[in-house]
Amino acid sequence: MIIAVASGKGGTGKTTVAVALVLASSEPVAYADCDVEEPNGSIFLKPEVAEVERVLVEVPDIDEEKCTSCGKCARFCQFNALVSLGTPPLVFPELCHSCGGCEIVCPTGAISWRKVSVGEITLGRSDGGRISVVQGKLDVGSSLAPPVIRQVKTYIADDVLTVIDCPPGTSCPVIESLGDADYVLLVTEPTPFGLHDLKLAVETVRVLGIPFSVIINRFDEGDSGVEDYCIEESIDVIVRIPHRREMAEAYSTGGNLFDAIPEMRELFREIPRIIVRGVK
Amino acid sequence: MKEIVVISGKGGTGKTSITGCFAALAENAILADCDVDAADLHMLLAPEVIKATDFISGNEAVIREDDCIACGVCMEKCRFNAIETTPEGKCRVDPYGCEGCMVCVEVCPVKAIDFPPNHCGEWYYSHTRFGPLVHARLGIAQENSGKLVSTVRREAAVMAEELQKDLIIVDGPPGIGCPVIASITGASLLIVVTEPTISGKHDMKRVLELAKHFSVPALVIVNKWDINPEMTAGIEEEAVLGGAHPIGRIPYDRAFTVAQINGRTLVEESSGISVENITTIWEKVCRELK
Repeated sequence: MIIAVASGKGGTGKTTVAVALVLASSEPVAYADCDVEEPNGSIFLKPEVAEVERVLVEVPDIDEEKCTSCGKCARFCQFNALVSLGTPPLVFPELCHSCGGCEIVCPTGAISWRKVSVGEITLGRSDGGRISVVQGKLDVGSSLAPPVIRQVKTYIADDVLTVIDCPPGTSCPVIESLGDADYVLLVTEPTPFGLHDLKLAVETVRVLGIPFSVIINRFDEGDSGVEDYCIEESIDVIVRIPHRREMAEAYSTGGNLFDAIPEMRELFREIPRIIVRGVK
Repeated sequence: MKEIVVISGKGGTGKTSITGCFAALAENAILADCDVDAADLHMLLAPEVIKATDFISGNEAVIREDDCIACGVCMEKCRFNAIETTPEGKCRVDPYGCEGCMVCVEVCPVKAIDFPPNHCGEWYYSHTRFGPLVHARLGIAQENSGKLVSTVRREAAVMAEELQKDLIIVDGPPGIGCPVIASITGASLLIVVTEPTISGKHDMKRVLELAKHFSVPALVIVNKWDINPEMTAGIEEEAVLGGAHPIGRIPYDRAFTVAQINGRTLVEESSGISVENITTIWEKVCRELK
């Protein structure tokens, strides 16, 4: 089963929850960090790294001998990654989505592909090997998070519980991360910003048709807006995490939820079981 | 005209709350919310929308099932796995997987694929008690957040010119990807809001690398600094190594939450030490811009 941990708003505690879920289990589990712009799970899981690989995407390579400067490729490209001014096209790799269209429309076969790096995948293990940790990290300056997320997802196995730590927001990187999830936990906080962004996240998972429930972090600090909304919309609040200064302090130095609030471990161990019952 | 952009790398460090304070303190500014995925600034500024404009960007492939001969060429050529099979064996485009590249339209042997423009969201020009605000809403699960960010910045610049404003204050998105790059390229100054945690430090380093990559100067604010004073000092050292100036600290303050619940900025809500800190920081930012 794949459980994705998401939220519209950043900083609500996605990573804290995702890490707690894998730590609370006593079985072999996997943690996949799809927040590739700012991956933070490894700070808390401290995996022993076994392997690092690049994420490569293909961008067009123009053979100027064969190119007739017809400009068809540049007119076809929907992302303005090729520009031709009566010359062989200039390629802007950072805009390229690697769709292959330019090669298809080129009448002289002048386009082949070369690989450029957009990110890095780190594979490791934590907790004596019980937790497999996959992390995607976008190269600084690259704008293409989805290919890095797609590559992280290739390491997700069917036979173990996998927790995906999603990026914030509601656009392409989130959609890519949620793609194969069986269930989504939406982490929010009881503030107007938290509620506003929770509503966007709920719309997103509803559009994708994935079952979900809500975790309210720092539930005892703020207003009742999130609780009221969840009642109105018949959304289950599966866990409420109290606000503790010890939690903020533990988090600041790489500590996990159970370092600060040990009594929550049992509840987190139960979450996958509660979800399985609910989904069936 | 100058443009400052407030970003953070890590989400939830207080970007929007601090941007709101800057909006209240600035004298002749136009405001822009470039966190188009999850825009929150309007909740502090209560904008009155003067004009709403559709944001049309890119196109989306749509297969006419009646004309589809189920040859599967589109599925074979689509590099985004965005084409699925219907129960009748025809092809269908998954709108959330489609990146609008037009390859399927090109390769379909019977021209059964339409390519209508994509309505991705809306952007707004509004009035607030602190001046004009340009903001936007990206449609759920939409692409092109970077282009919408560019639209918001461009329209804010046009309005600033028209209204003779000398400053644009931009609330930026989290992360370092496409919407962040669209928010910072060509800006006058970045204000990076971080927090004294390992994650905050890690994410700030990446944002400062990005700032360097695009040659935009950056200043750093450590919010909730008293959660870990030692880490705060470490972050400020790291900021200097990353080529940025630390310009101030703000303590952990519940008044931020209270202000947010009341729909106001902290400087309207309180007069405590946090407000003093923010006011001093704002004065430094203004000096830096001169």
